[in-house]
Parts: sequence; C-alpha cells; structure tokens
Amino acid sequence: MNRDRASRRMPVILSFVFGLMLTSMPLPDAIDAFRPDWIALLVIFWAMQLPRTWSIGSAWVIGIILDVSQGTVLGQHALALTCVAFITVRLHLLMRVFPIVQLTATVLPVLAIYQFLLFWINGVSGVDAPAIAYWGPVITGTLFWPVIMTILSGLRYRTRSSD
Amino acid sequence: MVASRESSGNPGRIPALGVRFLGLIFISILLMYFDNRDNHLDSVRRSIGVAVYPVHIIVDAPARLWHWLAQSTTSRNDLELDRDRLIAERLLTNARLQKLNALEAENARLRAMLDARAKVRDRTRVAEIMSVDANPFDHSLVIDVGTQDGVVDGQALVDADGVVGQVIEAGLLTSQAMLISDTDHALPVEVNRNGLRTIVVGTGKIDRLELPFVVNNADIQVGDLLVTSGLGGTFPAGYPVAIVASVTRLPHEPYAEVTATPAASLGQVREVLLIYPAATNAEGANDE
Repeated sequence: MNRDRASRRMPVILSFVFGLMLTSMPLPDAIDAFRPDWIALLVIFWAMQLPRTWSIGSAWVIGIILDVSQGTVLGQHALALTCVAFITVRLHLLMRVFPIVQLTATVLPVLAIYQFLLFWINGVSGVDAPAIAYWGPVITGTLFWPVIMTILSGLRYRTRSSD
Repeated sequence: MVASRESSGNPGRIPALGVRFLGLIFISILLMYFDNRDNHLDSVRRSIGVAVYPVHIIVDAPARLWHWLAQSTTSRNDLELDRDRLIAERLLTNARLQKLNALEAENARLRAMLDARAKVRDRTRVAEIMSVDANPFDHSLVIDVGTQDGVVDGQALVDADGVVGQVIEAGLLTSQAMLISDTDHALPVEVNRNGLRTIVVGTGKIDRLELPFVVNNADIQVGDLLVTSGLGGTFPAGYPVAIVASVTRLPHEPYAEVTATPAASLGQVREVLLIYPAATNAEGANDE
C-alpha cells in the first residue's frame, strides 16, 4: 500500500519539479511575457484527475514554494493556486467528461481568474507590471493545455498499468 | 484504496472542501499581510528557499555547460588575440592606476585638511549571475551567493561599466537582486559634470531609465554622465550609472522629460561585483 502510494505520487511530484524548472528558465525578453503558467496548468490537471490526493492543500504548498522561488509576496501564488484547485475540484466530474475543445474552453477562464488574483494582489501590495505580463500567459497557457493534457495523460496511464 | 475509489469514478463529495478552502485562503492573506508589512517572514522564506535551490541549479546547468563548452573550445588563434588585447589593456590600466594612487594620496591629504573622515576603498566580492528567470513582474536576477557569504539586503551590485542593481532578498545560498531598470527602483545620482543632484527611476525597459524630477532650466545635456551620489546610503558614491540620452524641455510642465541609457549592459552581465555596505569600512558622509 505504501509503496503503491509512493509510486503513484512520483509522476505528480516530478511533473511539478519540471514545471518549476520551466517557470524559472530564462527566456528572451520578447517571449518572456507569453510564458504559460505551467504550475497552474499542472494544478488543474492533477486536481481534475486525482482530486482526493492532489487538491487544495497540495496546491497551497506548491504555491508557497513558487512564491519563494519567484520572490513574490509570500502567499500570492499560494492563494491563487488554491482558488484554481478549488474551482477544478468542484468541476472535476464535469471536466473529466468534456471533450478536449470544451475542456480547453473551461481552462481559459480558470487561468484568467488565476492571473486576475495575481494582478489584484500585486495591485494591493504595490507591484507595478505591464498588462501583457498578465494576459499573455492566459492565452499561451490555454493553447498549451491540449499538449500538457496529452503528455500527462500518457504518463498517468503508463504508471497505472505498470503497478 | 484511495486510488481504487477514484478510478471507479464514484463521484462522492470531497470531505470538508469548502472549510479547508476558506482556511487556506485566510492563512494566505495573513501570510501576505505579515510578509508585505514588516518582513517578519524572512527566516521562513530562507528555509524554503534552500529547497528551491536544487531546481535553480538544474535550470542554470545548461547555460553553465554552454559557457564552459564555449570556453574550452576556443581556438588558439582567438586565445592569442585575447592575450594580446589583455596585455595592452593591462599596460593602459597600470598607467592609470599609478596616477590613481597619487590622486588617492592627495585626496586623503586634502580630506585630512578639511577634517573629513577618510574615504576608504569599498570592500567588494565577485558574484555570478545564475541563469534563472525568477519573477515575471519585475526586472530581477538571481546571484549565487547568500547570507552564508555575508550578503545582506540592500547591498549594491556593479559591473565593470556601472551600477547594475541591488540585493532585495538575501537567501541562504542564493539571493535575488533588483535591476536599476525595474519600475520600482529609484536611485539618487548626480551629474558628474556639475554635481546637479537628481533621482534616476527605472522604466521597465532594460535599456532605458528616466529622470522625472529635473526642472526645465536645469543644466543637463545629452551625453552627461550620471554617477551615484551616495545620498540614499545604499550605494557608495561615485559609481557611473547612466548616460543622458535625451532632454526634452516642456515649457508648460514643471519638469523636463529626461531619459538615460544605463552604463552597465544590464541584459548581458554574467558576473557582478557586490559592494559591502559603507558602515563596515567607515566611509564618511560625502557631501560637497
């Protein structure tokens, strides 16, 4: 049972470590504003697939790590990711049966809410950033969703059949 | 067991989801309040930062490898050219240094006569910039030294050409620094030519700074060198910051529109010098 759980957790943890790497990878200035919110996409995917093991608690912890990694106000990404996980867990039964187009259309507003929360907290704590820094990631994140979905689904089913 | 329940597709409610959600939101808001108000959480940040360190190392690795490869595969011809250039440069700098020694002695003598405290050379150390792109909302970078090496918040960063930025968050092993081009960054400077004091503010563009408080009739020209005035206390005096790029005098406005180009190439630096705070080397107030 323990081993089973550990092997089940590994792909999720690895995907988050990889997401954190993608998040902090240097990019040219021109496309930096369009870097997708990898971590938010991962939280949506795992909260949708495994809402009992990976829901708001883990989203919050990952948010805190993201805050430290990015040097933002402690709690900013934690709060935003908790909301993302909450919405996803509430809708996970619907989202699982959605066809990919409809699912992608659902991811868009969730990402928009995520960015809006970051924007709002930035405003309250006095951080000034251009509008493109918020809305660019929403668009590219939505475009990347089908890709992430395909890769992670493959990963998930492979680990399931292996144990 | 957990998994079998999940994969069977049995809907079922996730227990106490709403309560946990509200609890976490509340904790987040508390955290943000305390973190933003008075930096009570620096030690928490530092300990979590150690956990993030391996990720930063991995992200930095390809750039480091590339750098190393590029260095170890340089051709003999290039190396010889480099050597010739460096020898010529050394001759030049040595000649200048001789003059500097004399000037320094003279400066100390004059200051002694004026009864001012001696201005000792600033203590520095080299830090390497890690290829980690931290925060999307500001211009910052991560350097590979932390509190372990004596880094403190507010420490100034310069490169060979001028001021780069300052440390905003000293972690245990790595630190975050803010570039002078960040919109939140302001820096007290003076015009090297005539000592006119003003403030340089970042614009969010890496090659552009702004001088928002220069009055219309102030003596400032395109090409003027701006150096740190040392007034804020963070930056030691006399380091080049930027060169004035344009001056537009607006008769109907109280202040002229002045922009400047940073002296340091902010987008390209790989190594920076950290300057230790003035308090440790007994630098006197630098008022003219």
